[in-house]
Amino acid sequence: MQYKSQAVAKPYFIAAIGLFAAQIVFGLIMGLQYVVGDFLFPAIPFNAARMVHTNLLIVWLLFGFMGGAYYLIPEESERELHSPALAKVMFWIFLIAGALTIIGYLAMPYAELARLSGNDILQTMGREFLEQPLPTKVGIVVVALAFLYNISMTVLAGRKTSISLVLLLGLWGLAIFFLFSFYNPANLVKDKYYWWWVVHLWVEGVWELILGSLLAYVLIKVTGVDREVIEKWLYVIIAMSLVTGLIGTGHHYYWIGAPEYWQWWGSVFSALEPIPFFMMTVFAFNMVNRRRREHPNKAATLWALGTGVMSFLGAGVWGFLHTLAPVNYYTHGTQITAAHGHIAFYGAYAMVVLTIISYAMPIMRGREANSEKSQIVEMWAFWIMTIAMVFITLFLTAAGILQVWLQRVSTTPMPFMAAQDQVAIFYWMREVTGVFFAAGLVLYIISFFIGGKSAKAA
Amino acid sequence: MSGTFTKSTARNIFYGGSMFFFLLFVALTFDTNATLPKRDNSQNLTEQVARGKKVWETHDCIGCHTLLGEGAYFAPELGNVYVRRGPDFIKAWIKAQPTGAPGRRQMPQFHLTDAQLDDLVAFLKYTSEINTSKWPPNIEG
Repeated sequence: MQYKSQAVAKPYFIAAIGLFAAQIVFGLIMGLQYVVGDFLFPAIPFNAARMVHTNLLIVWLLFGFMGGAYYLIPEESERELHSPALAKVMFWIFLIAGALTIIGYLAMPYAELARLSGNDILQTMGREFLEQPLPTKVGIVVVALAFLYNISMTVLAGRKTSISLVLLLGLWGLAIFFLFSFYNPANLVKDKYYWWWVVHLWVEGVWELILGSLLAYVLIKVTGVDREVIEKWLYVIIAMSLVTGLIGTGHHYYWIGAPEYWQWWGSVFSALEPIPFFMMTVFAFNMVNRRRREHPNKAATLWALGTGVMSFLGAGVWGFLHTLAPVNYYTHGTQITAAHGHIAFYGAYAMVVLTIISYAMPIMRGREANSEKSQIVEMWAFWIMTIAMVFITLFLTAAGILQVWLQRVSTTPMPFMAAQDQVAIFYWMREVTGVFFAAGLVLYIISFFIGGKSAKAA
Repeated sequence: MSGTFTKSTARNIFYGGSMFFFLLFVALTFDTNATLPKRDNSQNLTEQVARGKKVWETHDCIGCHTLLGEGAYFAPELGNVYVRRGPDFIKAWIKAQPTGAPGRRQMPQFHLTDAQLDDLVAFLKYTSEINTSKWPPNIEG
């Protein structure tokens, strides 16, 4: 570790992994409720489990992004963090606020939580992914501003590299677009229209800048390839991301009451959205092939390559699968969407956070890389989680195709619940695969506790 | 390629390209807002509908159902439920929950008042009259 203050990233990464584990537990509960509908009812109704599952995902990724930023910004800026103390305080505020929110979801009916938390003052709750009570939403803004202040001051005072500027732009975009979560008009069409300004412009917009810069940073470190080359690639990739992703928002505007021209804009631009992800895969493999050094942390290199491939598969291929308006007309709001959501989030965002953790954590623990034994376990975890996620996606896709057929295409369309009964076998298979994913995650956590001598470069 | 296509060219493409497409997105948004009144059924957006939307939101209905295709995929689409089932069925159904049928997906009992049920139905009626370009493909949602 070149700079002392990089160490503030460590609690962020540990919290991220802990919340990730909790997310998976709730994923397994929900998966089971799909087939055993009354499982844990009424203690944990499906909607509560789902809020916990998706909100934990968002929060652990944010912890990962922040940890990643705190780790790489001092090194890129060639100076200590503006205020390590502020970073530590914000960590605890965010963690405690997050935990209280989750307890709120589980401990009481949602309407009660809304009443207690001041939803009457400014009504923002009860919209998918933005279920957080008002104090939590305000808290997110405060934490984000303190974090951005800290990071921006560090970058401004030090060396400005393309990686840190792109990361900063991504993080500022994340904070700015979150402000649309406070806008909730009674007009449902407008509500939905601007809701996507948070949801889509995050995951198919500014988060891609964060993804690109974290990946570029790790690739510079593990391959030793010239910074100029990697940063040029970074710009090309994120340029393509935003060029396609901004207007690509249109693929969410087909059926919510927005004008029909969005079917054209949305189809054309989202058909191009796989391109940046394809470039990212080519980029990662290219850089690793041209490497000038053998970094002893092979696990981190594997995660970096995996991020490229899986984000292309998940965000690119599975996104494209149902993005054209005539296809989406049948697949909108079915298990196809769920399939895409799972692999895209894992492949792009979960994996890039695991990449930066894999690279930075050993260094923060005083060694360049973990022992061979520890890395082997980590790589097993990589393969088990990744392959499990591919199968979860395949089973959900199968469920989705069948659902579309039975409920929407067939000449005698079935009601929703009747169609669900018909596809139950795929939900069972998804649940079993989910258990494999959880086992992979347990192995991943175990790898942190395997000691031994630090691995040497081959 | 590396001789002519430099990092600063790439950077300019990024800043120029994103700025251009963001402005285009904003322009399309202005146009959308201008045409929405023809499609969004806002002429029927009464106080009651707004109250119904609040009932919908404060009970996290979106956590199981979809509305115009967005939400969770655990329970039926409700954008067209007013057309599919009608107001009386909707109210009776909500009052009768949970069914308690073993192994079947359960909907909680929300203890809604009659006034809240009427508000919610008004919201679902308003939603069903939004011009959604003929989505969903059939009445089953």
